[in-house]
Amino acid sequence: MLKYIVRRLILTVPILLGLSILVFLFVRALPGGPAIALLGERATQESVEQIEEELGLDRPLPVQYLSYLRNILSGDLGSSVSTRRPIVDELKQRFPATFELAAMAMLFAVAAGIPLGYVAAKRYQGVLDNVSLVASLIGISFPVFFLALLMKYVFAVKLGWLPTVGRIDVTRSLEHPTGFYLLDAIIAGDGEAFVDVLEHLIMPAIALGTIPLAIVARITRAAVLDVLGEDYVRTAKAKGLDPSVVDRRHVLRNAMLPVVTVIGLQTGLLLTGAVLTETVFSFPGLGSWILNAIRFRDYAVIQGGILFFAGMFIVVNLLVDISYAFLNPRIRYR
Amino acid sequence: MALLSVEDLEVRFFTRRATIHAVNGISFDLDAGETLGVVGESGCGKSVSSLAMLGILPKTGRITRGEVRFGDRDLVKLKDADLREIRGRDIGMVFQDPMTSLNPVLKVGDQVTEVLRKHLDMDKDGARREAVAVLDRVGIPHASERVYDYPHQFSGGMRQRVMIAMAIACRPKILIADEPTTALDVTIQAQILDLLKGLVKEEGMGLILITHDLGVVAGICERTHVMYAGRFVETAPTNELFDRPRHPYTLGLLRSVPRLDASQKEKLIPIPGAPPDLSILREGCSFAPRCPYATDESRERTPMLEGIDGPMHRVACWNPVPDAEVATVASSSLEASGS
Ligand SMILES: Nc1ncnc2c1ncn2[C@@H]1O[C@H](COP(=O)(O)OP(=O)(O)OP(=O)(O)O)[C@@H](O)[C@H]1O
Ligand SMILES: [Mg+2]
Repeated sequence: MLKYIVRRLILTVPILLGLSILVFLFVRALPGGPAIALLGERATQESVEQIEEELGLDRPLPVQYLSYLRNILSGDLGSSVSTRRPIVDELKQRFPATFELAAMAMLFAVAAGIPLGYVAAKRYQGVLDNVSLVASLIGISFPVFFLALLMKYVFAVKLGWLPTVGRIDVTRSLEHPTGFYLLDAIIAGDGEAFVDVLEHLIMPAIALGTIPLAIVARITRAAVLDVLGEDYVRTAKAKGLDPSVVDRRHVLRNAMLPVVTVIGLQTGLLLTGAVLTETVFSFPGLGSWILNAIRFRDYAVIQGGILFFAGMFIVVNLLVDISYAFLNPRIRYR
Repeated sequence: MALLSVEDLEVRFFTRRATIHAVNGISFDLDAGETLGVVGESGCGKSVSSLAMLGILPKTGRITRGEVRFGDRDLVKLKDADLREIRGRDIGMVFQDPMTSLNPVLKVGDQVTEVLRKHLDMDKDGARREAVAVLDRVGIPHASERVYDYPHQFSGGMRQRVMIAMAIACRPKILIADEPTTALDVTIQAQILDLLKGLVKEEGMGLILITHDLGVVAGICERTHVMYAGRFVETAPTNELFDRPRHPYTLGLLRSVPRLDASQKEKLIPIPGAPPDLSILREGCSFAPRCPYATDESRERTPMLEGIDGPMHRVACWNPVPDAEVATVASSSLEASGS
């Protein structure tokens, strides 16, 4: 098992390297440039050149890349052109926000999706199965931002049950040693703050988690149906095991294999979904940050942000593969 | 009194398109220590009958008639919770395909211990020791280490041994083996059959051995039932069945399978035609369309099992193959292969 993990870790190195090259080139292929973005359309040729020289953009690409790589390895992702803040600082502040949001969204998707899919499979072709099938179809095809706006309108604006924007009530003072507000509230022992943070998370998390929920439910249903027809389930029944044991040990454990893969993929995709959701709820996470950076051609932020996103994607995938290996002995022992 | 007594068992599948008459009234007794063979072509209802006896038919299947008496109870009428106490404990079952019949994500040891813990009220350690003992008994080398392995780390033959270990772990009174060797290669087949034979003898278990391979029943079974289209068409002590088959289908079966003791020249003659469509239940003998001996009566009235050559040998046929002819047919097939 350890060998497997180490091998997977080593494999991520070339992936990350290739990725950094791609991101580096991609950013430079964008129309316009940071100088234009900073100085405006009517900047003079000289001032543009001066800014480019300041930023090192006049050097040959390989040289730019190598110095970029050296900086990354030393933990320096550069500074934002527009705010002048170090990107690492910004990441430290925004990553916990998006992480919290994504974790809640996924928690919602998994906690609701797996039982839903399981029940649908057990009631195969029954009323509940058909209802959940239609519901999940709607869930998948509903645009995230539309759902977010709708929820915001109904629950925040009309009913006033939930806050509309941000991560926490602006008037509340809470120390942020970790940046994960839920965690910070626990550390501070501040129950009210915890609830407040949670209330700020509910709508964005549901908006973000709806598509994964629908997909997890459908995959669970399909996987359980598949496994129910397997010979080893018949064997388990022939042993006289109780139905709950058959379901837990024999059906669900096998059905979880494809579900885990899908959860991983969805977690990766969640990061893209976060861009829309965070914008609607003015949630100060990575998504809204990158969206702004693209608008202002903030090379360093785009580069750093996308690289970070990609890194997270790889980490998530690694975690998925490891948990898959834990669940599936046929992989573990190869 | 018989250990297990099946009386007029009928099983149907109610699918959207049709009703499948999979088992159409079979009856038999199994005594303690007895070994019973059930043979027949694919699709004749062998597996369905055994699943029905244990109450683990697929969702669309239902027992529509009959009794399965075990002790003083009728398993057909039993609540599922009570039936579960019997499954795996009093009646063990081994399935055809050892590659797919074991759970791929559970350690082999855990798959054996779970049946022990369910039925024998053992603690974890006791069950583990017992699992090692039973795996050892079915001939798994280094059983105490192999309990920690997963099914994919075993060969087909070894997996079938694991299946057998699971089935006999609680020392059941009855073992049902549904084509236990079909998926294995020939040398392994012989080993598994030997193992079953030995276990039955030592434990005094009743064994129902289901197979489409007459060679398998010849080696083990005292008595053999020949099944066709959901019915028993002939039943006799195995030797007698081989020597004097009276149902044309049995004769056809015997001549269509290679036998180890047959002379090289004896030609295999497949039975012409195909088994009937089980979604239609017709009057008359279901073998009639394929039978060279069929008469109008065969096609109109369904024959019942009746004694022939004494009470032990029974056949459901209006025109049983005459004793003398069994020999002639055999020799004529010899001549045919010579020319
Ligand atoms: N789930 C099901 N739904 C509908 N029909 C079924 C189902 N399972 C079995 N049958 C039908 O019941 C009949 C008997 O099947 P069974 O599996 O008992 O055959 P078998 O004698 O065991 O054959 P084999 O040698 O191939 O194992 C077949 O005609 C089959 O089509
Ligand atoms: Mg079968």
